Amino acid sequence: MAENTISTPTFKKTENMEKVWEKPSILFDVPNHYCPGCGHSVAHRLIMEVVEELGITDRTIGIAPVGCSVLAYNYLNVDMQEAAHGRATACATGIKRIFNDKILFTYQGDGDLAAIGTAETIHTVNRGENIVIIFVNNGIYGMTGGQMAPTTLEGAKTSTSPEGRNLDLMGHPLKIANMLAILEGAYYVTRQSVHTAKAVRKTKKALMNAFKYQIEGKGGTSFVEIVSNCPSGWKMTPIQSNEWMADNMFDFYELGDIKTPPKEGK
Amino acid sequence: MSKKLLMKGNEAIAEAAIRAGVQGYYGYPITPQSELLEYMSSELPKRGGAFVQAESEVAAINMVYGASGAGARTMTSTSGPGFSLMQEAISYIACAELPCFLVNVMRGGPGLGTIQPSQGDYFQAVKGGGHGDYKMIVLAPNSVQEMADFTYLGFDLADKYRTPTMILTDGALGQMMESVQFPEYNLDEHLVDKPWATTGRENGRKQNVITSLHLQSEQMEQINLKLQKKYREIEKNEVRYETIETEDADFLIVAFGLSSRVCHKALELAREEGLKVGLLRPITLYPYPYDILNKLADQVKGMLVVEMNAGQMLEDVKLAVNGKVSVDFYGRMGGMIPQPDAILSKIRELYSAHTKTKMEV
Repeated sequence: MAENTISTPTFKKTENMEKVWEKPSILFDVPNHYCPGCGHSVAHRLIMEVVEELGITDRTIGIAPVGCSVLAYNYLNVDMQEAAHGRATACATGIKRIFNDKILFTYQGDGDLAAIGTAETIHTVNRGENIVIIFVNNGIYGMTGGQMAPTTLEGAKTSTSPEGRNLDLMGHPLKIANMLAILEGAYYVTRQSVHTAKAVRKTKKALMNAFKYQIEGKGGTSFVEIVSNCPSGWKMTPIQSNEWMADNMFDFYELGDIKTPPKEGK
Repeated sequence: MSKKLLMKGNEAIAEAAIRAGVQGYYGYPITPQSELLEYMSSELPKRGGAFVQAESEVAAINMVYGASGAGARTMTSTSGPGFSLMQEAISYIACAELPCFLVNVMRGGPGLGTIQPSQGDYFQAVKGGGHGDYKMIVLAPNSVQEMADFTYLGFDLADKYRTPTMILTDGALGQMMESVQFPEYNLDEHLVDKPWATTGRENGRKQNVITSLHLQSEQMEQINLKLQKKYREIEKNEVRYETIETEDADFLIVAFGLSSRVCHKALELAREEGLKVGLLRPITLYPYPYDILNKLADQVKGMLVVEMNAGQMLEDVKLAVNGKVSVDFYGRMGGMIPQPDAILSKIRELYSAHTKTKMEV
């Protein structure tokens, strides 16, 4: 038995067949540590597709958070820094202010971005730092074993809200994207998901917009929230978790653009 | 060498940093270092660098982490309460081996304390104020000229060893004005290649990653061993100190930074009375000049450590001396500065006690 039993399936090349899809070359061809059915791997792939298609691999720097995606640099084959918990956008700011020609993105979860890193998140966007913030919101602390997150829905049971999130005691789930959208420095704020093929396509378009805005250097921060599932943390199968997400999360975290750039010429 | 200028210590650091090629300064207002932040805000953008007033010291030091990881010469400055907030990131910076330059213009603590000068952050700076086993090179100037000189040195040592370096000074040195001359500094001769920096995968080179995460214990131990090896190297090469009238001394004062200047005055007064007193001033607080102190312990009959705290460097002096002579302490806290006559009284008292004891033996 080979040491590594998980491998990318290979298909026989057949004549007269058109290649319609392949993994981006800048996604490392390794098994990832994410749980089966988790949205992180799809989000990772989309970012690398966008970076590759825009031809910016040689000047892109990513910032990984603390959380499930702490090891994102093992999958994303671009230069990356691993930031302290919540501080990814501060790191990105530090780099972008000196190296304005570099393309910066942060990749952060809800605990990282909307709890411990709230101050950095708000002030980075308020300064209108010309970076892309990618926010994966699965309503839970996945890495540490399923504790309540700032984004956990009312009544949701987690390991630190065993009777369900009680709004009187534990506060309300935080719609941080909506909060950020009111800031002058926010240029583009959108909320997407990756649970269906259609949603994946829309998320890719949103990421493409966000990176393009940064390349064009148009005034402000682009913020792409991806509402995602956490089968392990939610204690559901991947399919159940996606269904639960569609039935429960999207009512509160409405999908779609929250703030779009002003139309040209206006 | 520039012409002589009259400057505050905080401003001299800022000016020296710009001349030493700082590309990004990130800071947050706190007394008594705000002149440094203000100087940077007006000067650095004009001279090609980036200035950001961060939302907190936490954000400021993480901006330093990012910029340093991307290969820039970068710095921040603060005072005690802000330095406390930075400790987490400094630990990350040390582990990720990022060169950067920090300044702590100390004020009286603990807590919010006072804005008056102090040396109460010695332990925090020298012993590693954050989590885990790490060190950073700590320089302790005692004049505005040295504030400038050690800024250049701080940047160079940071690059040389891929480590955070810092100036540990106090509100009096930060705010007092003295003449200062900025040495010639050809930046190109001082900049080093940083092939490890995250600059984007230029020309398709392999991915660079800046991280302090190594989940396998075996690997994390290797990282620690590498850091420790570097610290031994620093301890071998970078110890700096000044000795004043130690040649014939049979009693030694040990003091750093501002208190060393007060002690110098006390030494002169003691010498006028015929007391053979010397002064050892550690310039690097890490690496600490243990060897010279141990050597002097064979020569003198007693030592007096003078600090603006409750006795922090005192522990390092005792470690160095290792029981060979008695080590006494005189300190003021809470923003109070020791006065020469008070130190002189202490010297007189100890001098006769120790020299007499030795003679009886």
